[in-house]
Amino acid sequence: MGFLRVKKSEDLGGSSADPTAPLLEVDNLHVEFRIEDGTVRAVNGLSYTLGRGETLAILGESGSGKSVSAQAVMGILDTPPGFVTQGSVKFRGVDLLALNKKSKTYDHVVPEVRGTRIAMVFQDALTALNPVYTVGWQIGEMFRVHQGASRKEAKEKAIEMMERVKIPSARERINSYPHEFSGGMRQRVMIAMALSMDPDVIIADEPTTALDVTVQSQIMELLAELQRETGMGMILITHDLAVVADVADRVVVMYAGREMETAEIDDIFHLPSHPYTLGLMESIARPDVHVDRLTPIPGTPPDLLAIPSGCPFHPRCTYATERCPKEVPELESVNGSHSSACFYWKEVQVEL
Amino acid sequence: MSSEQRTDEPILRVVNLKKYFPVTRGIIFKKTIGTVQAVDDVSFDLYPGESLGLVGESGCGKTTTARTILRLDEPTSGEAYFQGRDIFKMSRSELRDLRSEITVIFQDPYASLNPRMTVGDIIAEPWSIHGGVPRKDRKNKTQELLEVVGLNPNNVSRYPHQFSGGQRQRIGIARAIAVDPKIIICDEPVSALDVSVQAQVVNLLEDIQKEFGVSYLFIAHDLAIVRHIVDRLEVMYLGKIVEEGDEFQVYDHTAHPYTQALLSAVPIPDPRAKNRGNRIMLEGDVPSPTNPPSGCRFRTRCWKAQDVCAGEIPVLEDRGQGHPVACYFPGVEFSASGAPPTTTA
Ligand SMILES: Nc1ncnc2c1ncn2[C@@H]1O[C@H](COP(=O)(O)OP(=O)(O)OP(=O)(O)O)[C@@H](O)[C@H]1O
Ligand SMILES: Nc1ncnc2c1ncn2[C@@H]1O[C@H](COP(=O)(O)OP(=O)(O)OP(=O)(O)O)[C@@H](O)[C@H]1O
Ligand SMILES: [Mg+2]
Ligand SMILES: [Mg+2]
Repeated sequence: MGFLRVKKSEDLGGSSADPTAPLLEVDNLHVEFRIEDGTVRAVNGLSYTLGRGETLAILGESGSGKSVSAQAVMGILDTPPGFVTQGSVKFRGVDLLALNKKSKTYDHVVPEVRGTRIAMVFQDALTALNPVYTVGWQIGEMFRVHQGASRKEAKEKAIEMMERVKIPSARERINSYPHEFSGGMRQRVMIAMALSMDPDVIIADEPTTALDVTVQSQIMELLAELQRETGMGMILITHDLAVVADVADRVVVMYAGREMETAEIDDIFHLPSHPYTLGLMESIARPDVHVDRLTPIPGTPPDLLAIPSGCPFHPRCTYATERCPKEVPELESVNGSHSSACFYWKEVQVEL
Repeated sequence: MSSEQRTDEPILRVVNLKKYFPVTRGIIFKKTIGTVQAVDDVSFDLYPGESLGLVGESGCGKTTTARTILRLDEPTSGEAYFQGRDIFKMSRSELRDLRSEITVIFQDPYASLNPRMTVGDIIAEPWSIHGGVPRKDRKNKTQELLEVVGLNPNNVSRYPHQFSGGQRQRIGIARAIAVDPKIIICDEPVSALDVSVQAQVVNLLEDIQKEFGVSYLFIAHDLAIVRHIVDRLEVMYLGKIVEEGDEFQVYDHTAHPYTQALLSAVPIPDPRAKNRGNRIMLEGDVPSPTNPPSGCRFRTRCWKAQDVCAGEIPVLEDRGQGHPVACYFPGVEFSASGAPPTTTA
């Protein structure tokens, strides 16, 4: 159907978009929440680059700053109390953040990328969808709002999108309400909404955490297929190492808002170079092998109001020396694009 | 250890258990418009000191099975015996005693602990109901229990919100073992925890079993974690058990198409396993339990289904696989590791 002209990324921001630049470049991003009890330093210097057709996984446990970093990139950070205090986010070379001289924080200044060029799929599809509107209306709204489509056109587009995400008998189910759909179908509706504007980047924030494994594999396969079709880049936010192994090209491992290690998928699993990554790898159960005892990471995840000094992982780390609570280890290149923020990455590799 | 080899008596025996919930419409004039067959003809035995897994996808009836055994929900029909005594015929006071023999650890460590009680009071509460520990000894005993679960004994007067998720789950475990139960029902005890903490809690549960000899009924949907804790498994689909066996039978000689699909969907944390080549992609969703398919309930999503599957419900029995499976066309061509399974004797 030719009546809708999807906005080309090259038009973005009027002029300066560079078609040869990477889809997304996040550099040294810092986000904090200023709340009564103090300052929650949720993201402390996150950097990554996402290319066309690439899948980058942001891996980390609860509270490590995964969702907050995505909110800052999308421009949907809860401000106040949340502020970007440092860093840049470039979409096709255009910086989406600008320094606010008065507050000395950064504002998201290119709202038109939101939902159209960069789209997001949220973890909990039931709360993210509006219970009082039909799924068809909610998908169609994207076309009405962003492209001025008529009701009738929007409805046809919604059916088309529902078919694309493989919701069976889309035409009959267009007037269903979210609660009439199963968890997996609701997640498909969310994906259909995210894809409706043909985005260049999709951020999937734990898209399958609430779903059963058989449905999880359907959804991940669907996302991969759509990605192959359109060449969009994907940021996959997850705490599940196994999902990462299945779908990602690159991984950023976060702990307490910091980047611990980043590498190509194969290196993360076969040459982990940070004690935290190694600890995760050893503690996780596998369905395909029998072991008598799991090897947990000792201790508890950090309190973000009181992040340990130096390397935030040092209280739980078996490699830690007296240097670790005193100095923050910088991200250091291990080999090519593989980097680790540990003074002792060579020792970690020796273990393997 | 498969059940055939056991000569001792099961500590818990569940026979043809059914639990149906009415589905009603209308607020003032409630009208029953159907029933949810949440648990439909489930039988299994749990032996002393054994860990039995109950696995299956959301809504298949795992929690309802556990609640009915504890009489938190009344059964529709069937029998359940604890040490030979019929649970479904127990009086109120007998039930109170039963609940110190069978205790529960719940899924959500945030919702399951009373936020207004101190950790000490939470752990000691079962004693004020069931007795067993004199009042003057309770503080000492509480501190002992905190030590057993790896928490600082000085924490007795703290409140749940001052603990992390993994620590709260330990408090729940301390409470569950406080009355020296024979059976602990663990309903998704680690699924709300961070991966680095899951392994700590699983190891703790194993240590407790070694030390106190309790039996576990371990409910979970995470088949990777389950593998490390259970001796035997019951796989459920839509209220029915479809396959039963020990760890190696179910994971390495998987016979029911549903179990095969379920296992093949569990991602393996190794990028080199990506092309395992035996991934089974199921079509569609789990059908509604108010209107389950006739015959085999899995047949609507099964690639092996034939006419016979819509007829009689396949019974759970050994069909030459070496362990019971409720399928007319069982096969052992699948194993969780992707390696060709060795043939069962
Ligand atoms: N609106 C807010 N106000 C105050 N603090 C916040 C707010 N949103 C997030 N935070 C804090 O920021 C930190 C990072 O949160 P974030 O949601 O990014 O974690 P996450 O890695 O996505 O975790 P999960 O896996 O649990 O989703 C947390 O400590 C959280 O409490
Ligand atoms: N009190 C109730 N009234 C009506 N239906 C119920 C009730 N409790 C459970 N059910 C239904 O019974 C079925 C089985 O539910 P149950 O909670 O036992 O599943 P489960 O296997 O524990 O799932 P999960 O993994 O999501 O916890 C579901 O279809 C559920 O909706
Ligand atoms: Mg999150
Ligand atoms: Mg349940």
